[in-house]
Amino acid sequence: MASDDYPDDLRYTKEHEWARVDGTRATIGITRFAVDALGDITQVDLPKEGEAVVKDAVFGTVESVKAVSDLFAPCTGKVVKVNDPLGDSPEYVNEDCYDEGWMVIVELSKPEELDGLMTAAQYEEYLKEQE
Amino acid sequence: MSHAPTAGEPKRTPLYEKHVALGAKVIDFGGWAMPLQYSGILDEHKAVREAVGLFDVSHMGEIEFVGPRAEEAVQRVVTNDVSKIPDDGAQYTCTCREDGGIVDDFIVYRHDAQHFLIVVNASNIEKDFAHFRAHAGGIAELSNRSDGVALLAIQGPKAIALVTELTSGAVPAKGFTFCKGEVGGVSVWIARTGYTGEDGVELFAPSVMAPLVWDRILAAGAKYGIKPIGLGARDTLRLEARLCLYGNDIDDDHNPHEAGLSWVVKGRGFVGEEALARIKAEGPKRRLVGFKVQGRGIARHGYPILHGDRAVGIVTSGTVAPTVGGAIGMGYVPAELAAPGTRLVVDCRGKPAEIAIHQGPFYKRAA
Repeated sequence: MASDDYPDDLRYTKEHEWARVDGTRATIGITRFAVDALGDITQVDLPKEGEAVVKDAVFGTVESVKAVSDLFAPCTGKVVKVNDPLGDSPEYVNEDCYDEGWMVIVELSKPEELDGLMTAAQYEEYLKEQE
Repeated sequence: MSHAPTAGEPKRTPLYEKHVALGAKVIDFGGWAMPLQYSGILDEHKAVREAVGLFDVSHMGEIEFVGPRAEEAVQRVVTNDVSKIPDDGAQYTCTCREDGGIVDDFIVYRHDAQHFLIVVNASNIEKDFAHFRAHAGGIAELSNRSDGVALLAIQGPKAIALVTELTSGAVPAKGFTFCKGEVGGVSVWIARTGYTGEDGVELFAPSVMAPLVWDRILAAGAKYGIKPIGLGARDTLRLEARLCLYGNDIDDDHNPHEAGLSWVVKGRGFVGEEALARIKAEGPKRRLVGFKVQGRGIARHGYPILHGDRAVGIVTSGTVAPTVGGAIGMGYVPAELAAPGTRLVVDCRGKPAEIAIHQGPFYKRAA
């Protein structure tokens, strides 16, 4: 697995979401592994700005041609920004899941939660164990 | 078709190694290791609608009826009128239980009055063969040829041009006919049938020769933009064409009349005839309808269909429709709610999605 599949500056969950922390905020998306498993993504349903998300709880769904999958929040907080272009262009998630395909930005209410997430190396190790 | 080395492992078609070499995502589909996708479902779907695609459907079964009374034997087990099939012709039909429940749906190919071939769904091979034997075994000689026959589909607007080149002109003249041909020195049967809503053929080849035929088709198809197509796109293609999938849209507990297949109940003297005549006279209580999702959401297999607060039916197939746009599906609803244009709601995992009932295929190729 090439390491650029799992950038070092992100933290990862067992449910295949990533979080990029910037001060008191975290940007959230899904990992390359999740994207490959889902195939062509055709709809992304996300919370609205101002809504609360809770760590490990469902905060949205991703529909691919073949299946629907829940999105689990890697952290607790309030949604301060949503990647609205995904509404019309869900394929951004397939094409660039760590940059253009980001999903929401959350104002963290429990920043310490992020310490419990996996590093890129730990996540890649976790993926190997799952095989 | 070859079987996997160890028990419990999914069976493999003669083209399994080809799929792996092409980087396909392989899944267990009804006991068969089959390619779900190669380049991606949307990309493959587009290739079939705009150019040409190659499918391995060797998991499907082939059951032969041979003997002086072969036509009578086939008619005994299928609902459509077998006497309407000309030599070298084909016909879509169902086979039913005594109570009218659909045992399978398939295409019957007639070589001549004494020789028929039925291409059955992979998951139904054993069930169909037992059903045929029970009701027609004494009338003709029945053989399960599934292991020896590979089936490849070439589908899309450029399929006929490609096949013409591959076979030096041996192409069945029109839909639902077939002829003999040769691809790369291998003798094949070429039928102008398919499951995509596009023009194209299905090609019967001896299992051992299938890898060679597959390679020839891909090589000759390169200039036509051919792509290998997996089961994922096969499903979106067939649903846009509003073709039923056995096990999803139809099964033993549903009859042809409620499934909108009355047009294939035209025969005489077949198993289930009485029950189906009664059902037709009374009028089916539920109907299989097509629908388009009006807003966001994808109504998938198993989701409830609501009328007001009341669950009145169930989605049997549902997907995004890459060519048509939006999301489409099929499902059973009460007959009184089956009129085209009727608005109902599908419960998509707690989120309501409005649907409008749609008549006929969602996609029809330009004539």
